[in-house]
Amino acid sequence: MVKLGPITRFIMQDKAGRNMLLVLLAVAVLVPTLNLALSEGSLLHVPTYMVTLLGKYLCYALLALAVDLIWGYCGILSLGHGAFFALGGYAMGMYLMRQIGERGVYGHPELPDFMVFLNWQELPWYWYGFDNFFFAMLMVGLVPGLLAFTFGWLAFRSRVTGVYLSIITQALTYALMLAFFRNEMGFGGNNGLTDFKDLLGFSLQADSTRAGLFVASCLALTIGYLVSRWIVTSKLGRVLVSIRDAEARTRFLGYRVDKFKLFVFVVSAVLAGIAGALYVPQVGIINPGEFSPINSIEIIVWVALGGRGTLYGAVIGAVLVNYAKSYFTAEFPELWLFFLGALFVISTLFLPNGVVGVVEQVKQLTIRNRRGKATDAVVPPPEPAGGQDRTAEESAENKPAKANLTTTTN
Amino acid sequence: MHPKHIEQPTILYLNGVSVSFDGFKAINSLSLYLEPGELRAIIGPNGAGKTTMMDLITGKTRPDSGEIIFNNAIDLTQYDEAAIANMGIGRKFQKPTVIESLTIFENLELALAGGRGVFAALLHRLKIEQKLRIEEIMDLVNLSERAQDLAGSLSHGQKQWLEIGMLLIQEPELLLIDEPAAGMTDLETEKTAELFKEVSQRHSLVVVEHDMEFVHALDCKVTVLHEGRVLAEGALDQVQNNEEVIEVYLGR
Repeated sequence: MVKLGPITRFIMQDKAGRNMLLVLLAVAVLVPTLNLALSEGSLLHVPTYMVTLLGKYLCYALLALAVDLIWGYCGILSLGHGAFFALGGYAMGMYLMRQIGERGVYGHPELPDFMVFLNWQELPWYWYGFDNFFFAMLMVGLVPGLLAFTFGWLAFRSRVTGVYLSIITQALTYALMLAFFRNEMGFGGNNGLTDFKDLLGFSLQADSTRAGLFVASCLALTIGYLVSRWIVTSKLGRVLVSIRDAEARTRFLGYRVDKFKLFVFVVSAVLAGIAGALYVPQVGIINPGEFSPINSIEIIVWVALGGRGTLYGAVIGAVLVNYAKSYFTAEFPELWLFFLGALFVISTLFLPNGVVGVVEQVKQLTIRNRRGKATDAVVPPPEPAGGQDRTAEESAENKPAKANLTTTTN
Repeated sequence: MHPKHIEQPTILYLNGVSVSFDGFKAINSLSLYLEPGELRAIIGPNGAGKTTMMDLITGKTRPDSGEIIFNNAIDLTQYDEAAIANMGIGRKFQKPTVIESLTIFENLELALAGGRGVFAALLHRLKIEQKLRIEEIMDLVNLSERAQDLAGSLSHGQKQWLEIGMLLIQEPELLLIDEPAAGMTDLETEKTAELFKEVSQRHSLVVVEHDMEFVHALDCKVTVLHEGRVLAEGALDQVQNNEEVIEVYLGR
């Protein structure tokens, strides 16, 4: 067998994740190609709105991944992760606003339209630097990261856990929503930031830019997945699981639980921020509604439905639920919220390990059935020996992956 | 019995420790000391303050007054759980507490010294000798064959053993063990007592226990706690014949 490098080996060991990354790669190549290379009349043409819609799903998937990292592996149920997503989005939005320059309705070279409208004379200090792409991208990670650090440092050090922590995170995102609604905050108030023109000089209306953003989202999700996977398969990941299962035990083993929680919370917030930053240029607007507590709760539904504690499950959940949302809000708009509620009830009652858990169960059942048949078949002599060998081999191959899964889903 | 100054080497020295919860004095001016390498059993009726004493030593609870000196040098009341654990004090809970969704091997790996910081844990790699050490401990607690099984699948007694294994692999100087025999079969209880006697050759042990047969099997000095202070101390049969102890245990 060919000797594998550490990264290749790392990916090869993770069967489900590898399949997900392969699908992601295929999508990253196919969707933009079918959009750009084929004419609109062609049967296989992917319309631009679809590229954008799928790109949006990928951002949500990255957000779900971020939530799964803390909730699935460390048991921190954050009901305010939408806040980090929105902050990343605002950082990107501020860059896009500054790119508009003189092309705004009021034609002011420096001030965004809403500031001119409010009669502001100069740019507030916290808008400085956002005309620089790299500075803005730094802020995409730094602002959510710093907020998570401060919040987490206070909460985890005081050992706020469980429901109390969830409620505080919910309050956090709600407070931010109210603050961002205010015009005086300087983030466009109620209307938020919109009317973006271009990103790094590429027009946001162009199909090629849309395709580029789509590929960037695929890439971000891939990197986010690999980073998360690295964390959860390291010893640190096992410490996180240990905190989730038996926090006091972990502490008496000599681990500083608060620091581990803080680390994973900050990583998760940064991932959420990046997801938000990719989301904003694709949907063309960011407003305080993104901070709404409902949004954060929806993320939990995605993760729970997909399969908490399996990173790829979160991705699947995000895509499934959002696809359903697109469908329902278009076809039966008044039913969507009922459907969402039903999903939540169903996933808590019947799918403790989400869709991924059901698939895994079915797989195990079929393996057991097949094995049963194979042993039955041993009785007549000639041919089946090989067949039995194969099933034995198969189950041996499946074993580590399964053990891994149960480790993480419980 | 209540030394004002530490005159001899002690692994653990509690002096006038008190703590109250909502006015209830859980520990009332408790003083006791433990020599290095000593095996000590602590008994006492429900609510005598046995578990609270463990909480105080391991940093989970802070005393209102008094001092708790480890190794003649460190005042434990100034440190938190993780720091105290890393100084070499291991604790086993009353209810067996293992990490159920990790394997037996992984549970022991977590307990193994090293890689306690966040980034150290992220980059941690098991060395061959560490792996061997884990295998050695698994042999000791009879779990070698189940190395790759989830800890959640173990029986109650096996969980107790795994947790004891997790303590031993930390190489602590002092082990605090809360009701190890609970939920064990007679055979397991017997084996556990043997294990502790063997372990006490290299570590100091404090064992809190209800099961008198188990205490008898440990064959060591016994401290009787009652209402948060020491009621009697000495060999088991001596303590069992103490008038006060009989009164407390049997009621008036």
